[in-house]
Amino acid sequence: MKSRQIIRFQDVCKTYVTLNGETEALRNINFAVSEGEFVAILGPSGCGKSTILSLLAGLFPPTSGTILIRDKKVHSPSRQIGYMLQQDYLLGWRTIKQNIMLGLEISRQKTRANEQYALELLEEMELLSFQNHYPHQLSGGMRQRVALVRTLATRPDILLLDEPFSALDYTTRLRLEDLVIETLRRRKKTALLVTHDIAEAIAMADRIIVMNTKPGRIKKIIPLPASLTSKPPFASRKAPDFQKYFQLIWKEMNENG
Amino acid sequence: MANLLEAILTRGAKSPAHAQFLRKQRIQDILVRLAQIALLIVLLAFWELGARYNLIDPLLFSQPSKICDTFTKMLLAGELHQHIMVTVVETIVGFLLGTVFGTVIAIIIWWSPFLSRVLDPYLVVLNGMPKVALGPTFIVAFGGGYGGIIAMAIAISIIITTIVVYTSFREVDKNLIKLARTFGANKRQIFGKIVLPASFPTIVTTLKVNVGLAWVGVIVGEFLVSKSGLGYLIIYGFQVFNLTLVFVSLFIIAICATVMYQAVAALESRILKKRE
Ligand SMILES: Nc1ncnc2c1ncn2[C@@H]1O[C@H](COP(=O)(O)OP(=O)(O)OP(=O)(O)O)[C@@H](O)[C@H]1O
Ligand SMILES: [Mg+2]
Repeated sequence: MKSRQIIRFQDVCKTYVTLNGETEALRNINFAVSEGEFVAILGPSGCGKSTILSLLAGLFPPTSGTILIRDKKVHSPSRQIGYMLQQDYLLGWRTIKQNIMLGLEISRQKTRANEQYALELLEEMELLSFQNHYPHQLSGGMRQRVALVRTLATRPDILLLDEPFSALDYTTRLRLEDLVIETLRRRKKTALLVTHDIAEAIAMADRIIVMNTKPGRIKKIIPLPASLTSKPPFASRKAPDFQKYFQLIWKEMNENG
Repeated sequence: MANLLEAILTRGAKSPAHAQFLRKQRIQDILVRLAQIALLIVLLAFWELGARYNLIDPLLFSQPSKICDTFTKMLLAGELHQHIMVTVVETIVGFLLGTVFGTVIAIIIWWSPFLSRVLDPYLVVLNGMPKVALGPTFIVAFGGGYGGIIAMAIAISIIITTIVVYTSFREVDKNLIKLARTFGANKRQIFGKIVLPASFPTIVTTLKVNVGLAWVGVIVGEFLVSKSGLGYLIIYGFQVFNLTLVFVSLFIIAICATVMYQAVAALESRILKKRE
């Protein structure tokens, strides 16, 4: 049985207009994401990956087309969505504990229970003992974990991850991939991951959207087999199918048109 | 004795190499201090002896012993308290209000990009203008008492504060604002949770700069009108040709200004220590 579609993009186009002219960032984007699914958007730099996430987050409207979340049109930022940006962007003047409460404060849901929940998440990331530290006292991987807690603290059911691991070293990255997948699966979150790393996309996703650039279009949508989607990312990387799909997507990304 | 000296010089050393390094650094520090003190003594001695032997005109340049004398006498007679108080209070009020008002204006124009574009040329012109030229106008407008003088001190610092603080508001990382927006933040929340705290170090730094500017404003204001204060003492000293009094005032101003600046600098480093 196919589960409900939670996100739908219908003929979405986005053109940025500035004083210097306009940039067509996205053309005719069509796709849907099911509840609980983990979808990776893979494409070269500048193909409009971040734009897709920002549109979905309601930061600005599309030039044309419709974006639906649970059959409702996206107008403005909503609580169902948690957005993890390309860097952690922790606030240097706040302690870790104060940082993870930011979303709760802004959306005015800073209740005892929610605070407790945020601290539990922090504990799950093994960072509870750092709650009174300041961000600059933490390593890159720890900071990114704090950013994840901050995103999850408002209990969104859709997570947007914009290259959340790109600033990290390889080992930390592998470890975080597993942690994120485990955390999201346990809570049955739907997630959209943006990356330009083929291996990361295959290791983490259930389905991969491959994009083209100039203007940004969807080239192909590739579902991954259960042999790759049922395991944690690190184990997937060692599965026999991994290489096969890597070659397939590599070819897809490197042929023109 | 030599051992004790060595122990002091290498205190806290982690290894022989570190000890040698520390020793060298500390000897250097001591030499610098000694040179500074020596320079002061030489200057004072030249001044004193030069005046005594009429190499420089003691009527114009006074001399350290007389300055010191007059200072202690006036201090003991309680003739200085009043003037010091007046000037220090005017300066503190001036630089605090200058910083607060400047920041408030910066907030208003941050809020309205339209207003900020409208006001931009005015800020540029006002900033380029020597504010002390407005002194007489302020005296007329705010009266010859504290009002006019404090207005002078505010005028000198307010425009530059507005410009510096507004610039720092605008230079706040756009991604931090994006982050707040993803949580659905409105403009007030963006300002209160992101922009203002991110610019806080700049505001504290302007406070430091404004201490210096306020001193200029207050002293000039006192030159123009007042009946008390250190600026008044200077003018009075000139009028009765008591240059010793002028130097006493300058000496007090130097001390007060340094103390105030150091206090604000200490506050600054305390506030900023926790951050990156
Ligand atoms: N605010 C903006 N104003 C004008 N043009 C923009 C803006 N944001 C993005 N663009 C342009 O739109 C295109 C897509 O940008 P986007 O940031 O979505 O790409 P991306 O796939 O996320 O790239 P990267 O992998 O480098 O992050 C680019 O050509 C970019 O220059
Ligand atoms: Mg991007």
